[in-house]
Amino acid sequence: MSRIGEAFKKSNGKKLLIPFITAGDPDLDTTIEIIEVMVKNGADMIELGIPFSDPLADGATIQRSYNRALKKGISLRKIIAAIPKIRQKTSVPIILMSSYNLIYSYGDEALVRDASKAGVDGLIIPDLLPEDADELISYGQKYGVDTIFLTAPTSNEERIKLVAQRSSGFIYHISLAGITGTKSAVAAEVKAGIERVKEFSDTPVAVGFGISTPEQAGKISGYADAIIVGSANVKIVEENINDKELMLKKVGNFIAKLKKEI
Amino acid sequence: MAETPDSRGRFGIFGGRYVIETLVPALDQLERVYNEACLDETFHKTLAHYLKEYAGRPTPLHFAERLTERLGGAKIYLKREDLCHTGSHKLNNTLGQILLAKRMGKKRVIAETGAGQHGVATATVAALFGLECEIFMGAEDIERQSLNVFRMKLLGAKVTPVTTGTKTLKDATSEALRDWISTVNNTHYVIGSVVGPRPYPRMVRDFQSVIGEETKVDILTKEGRLPDYLVACVGGGSNSIGMFHPFFNDKDVKFIGVEAAGYGLDTDKHGASLNKGRPGVLHGNMSYLLQDKDGQIQEAHSISAGLDYPGVGPEHSHYKDIGRGEYVAVTDKEAVDAFKLLSEVEGIIPALESAHAIAYTLKLAPTLNKDNIIVVCLSGRGDKDVDQVSKIMGEI
Repeated sequence: MSRIGEAFKKSNGKKLLIPFITAGDPDLDTTIEIIEVMVKNGADMIELGIPFSDPLADGATIQRSYNRALKKGISLRKIIAAIPKIRQKTSVPIILMSSYNLIYSYGDEALVRDASKAGVDGLIIPDLLPEDADELISYGQKYGVDTIFLTAPTSNEERIKLVAQRSSGFIYHISLAGITGTKSAVAAEVKAGIERVKEFSDTPVAVGFGISTPEQAGKISGYADAIIVGSANVKIVEENINDKELMLKKVGNFIAKLKKEI
Repeated sequence: MAETPDSRGRFGIFGGRYVIETLVPALDQLERVYNEACLDETFHKTLAHYLKEYAGRPTPLHFAERLTERLGGAKIYLKREDLCHTGSHKLNNTLGQILLAKRMGKKRVIAETGAGQHGVATATVAALFGLECEIFMGAEDIERQSLNVFRMKLLGAKVTPVTTGTKTLKDATSEALRDWISTVNNTHYVIGSVVGPRPYPRMVRDFQSVIGEETKVDILTKEGRLPDYLVACVGGGSNSIGMFHPFFNDKDVKFIGVEAAGYGLDTDKHGASLNKGRPGVLHGNMSYLLQDKDGQIQEAHSISAGLDYPGVGPEHSHYKDIGRGEYVAVTDKEAVDAFKLLSEVEGIIPALESAHAIAYTLKLAPTLNKDNIIVVCLSGRGDKDVDQVSKIMGEI
C-alpha cells in the first residue's frame, strides 16, 4: 500500500489535514522549513504546488505566489531535487500539484520516475482529465506514485465513476464551481457533492477549494476524509514575506487551529 | 478525413481537452448541442440568414489590380472580411456561437479579446440577442486599442481589464477561463479563435469556413480555376483556418500562414509559435507554444494585439507537421510598411493583423508569374490601428 493509502488506513476515521504550499515561495529552503512547521502542528500530508506561468484553476493569491517563485528561478527540476531534503525531516506523504505542461515538458515517464525516486507519493494534475491519463497512470503504477483525479460539483454520475475508477490514493473533490481562494464553500453543497462521490467509490475523498478558516474546515470535515487548505497558507507567507520567523510561527498556529477543528 | 479531429478532438497529436473537471460537463453540453445543430436544417437557415442580412455576407473577392501591377507577378485577390459587419471576420464565429448559447439557454456570454475585434463581435451579437456580456481584455491591449474598448462599452458590454501576467491576449484568455469555471452554469464562453479545449477548435473552424467556401465559389466564377496560394495571418489562426480548411483536399492550393515575427525571429520578441515554439499545453489544448526549457509560457510580442499570443490553433500545428501548410513570419516593420502600401495603392486600410498577410504577399507575388493566383485573406479593417500606427510611424 502507498504511503498515502497507509495514512488514511492508520487514521481510523480521524480526518486528515492536507495543507498546500507553493514550492519556492519565497525560496526552497523556506518552503522546507514551512513544511516542517506544518507537520509539527498536525499536517498529515503536504500538497506542494509547482509554480506555473498560467495556472487556470488558481485565483490571484496562488498566482502571485507562483510569480514570486518563478522570478527567483524555481523549476520542477529544482523542486524534485529538494524533495530528499524534505524526506530527511518528515515521512508524511508528499503530493505534487502541477499543471500538465510542466510535466509534458519534463517528460511524463521521466517525471514520475524522478519524483518517485526523490520521495514523492502522489500527483495532482488539475488539467489532465482521467480519460487522457492512461500513460501517466501506468507510470504511476510502475514507479509507485498515486495519481489523484478531481471531481467537481458539476460532475455527473458517469464522470464521478470514471474519476473514482482511475484515482489512487484519494479523490480530490472540488468543493465549489470556482477557482482557488476566491469563494467560500457552502457546507450543504459540499456534503451533497461528497455523498455523490462516495456512492460510487470506496477511495478516500479529500475536499479542497474554498476552505480558508478553521471553522469552515471543522464543518466540512464532517463529510470528507481529508481537508485541503491552500490559499490561506499562501496568504500568510505573502503577508510575512520579509519576516521568516513570524511567518513560520503564524503558519504553525494556523495549521494547529485547523487541526483542532477537524 | 485527415483534417477532421477524432472523437477526442485530436488533430494528429494536437488539440484534445486539457481542463479542470469543473468545465467538462459544459464542454460536453456544448459539443452535444453543436453536433445537434449541425444536423438541424433550421439552425443552418437561421445562421445563413444572420450572415446575409446582419453581417452583410457574402464579402467581395476583390481583384487588387494596382497592387498586382506594382508587384509585377501573380494576380492578387483580396477576400474582404474587413467589409463584414463590425469590421472583421470575427462576427462569423460569434453569430454561430450566440445561436448555440441561446439553444443552451445561457443568459450570459463572456469572451477574451486581444485587438478588440472579437470583443466587439461578441458584444455586438450579445446586444442583438439581448444577452449579458463581459469581455476580458489585457490592460496593455486596452491601452493600444482604446477605440474598440469604447465600441464594446457602447454595445452594452462590461470590459474587464486583466492586469495579471503580460496583460495581453494570453492573460485575457486565462482570466476568461477562470471566470467560466466560476459561472459555468449560466454562462457560455465565446472563444474567439480556433484554440481552447474540444470542441472549440473544430466548431470555430466550421463557423469561419464560410470565408474559404465563398472564396472557392467566387474564384471559380472569376478565374475558372482554384488559386495557387492562399495567404492569411495566424495568431490563434481563425481567419486562416477558415480560409484554408475548405481547400484541404485541393492539394494544388498551397496554404501560407503568416505569423508575427515582431522585432525578428532571432530575437525573443515575436509571436511565431509555429516557427519558434514546441508542442505543449495551454488554454485547454495541445499545440505549438512559445515556452522556455521548463515549460513556462513565454511572453509573445507583436505590434498587432491580435497576433500577440504564445500559442496557436491545434489544426495549424497539425497542418505544419503533415506539411499541408507553410508557416512564415514577417516583422512589425514589414507589417507597418504593408499597412501603408495597401492604403496607398488599393485604398484599403487593413488591420495590422491582416497587414502581416499583405507583407508576405509583397515578397511572394514578384517571385511568381502572371498566370499564378494568390488570394489573401484581408481579415479586418485598420481603423482601430490608425491611432497606434500614427504614433509609431516615426519610431519604427
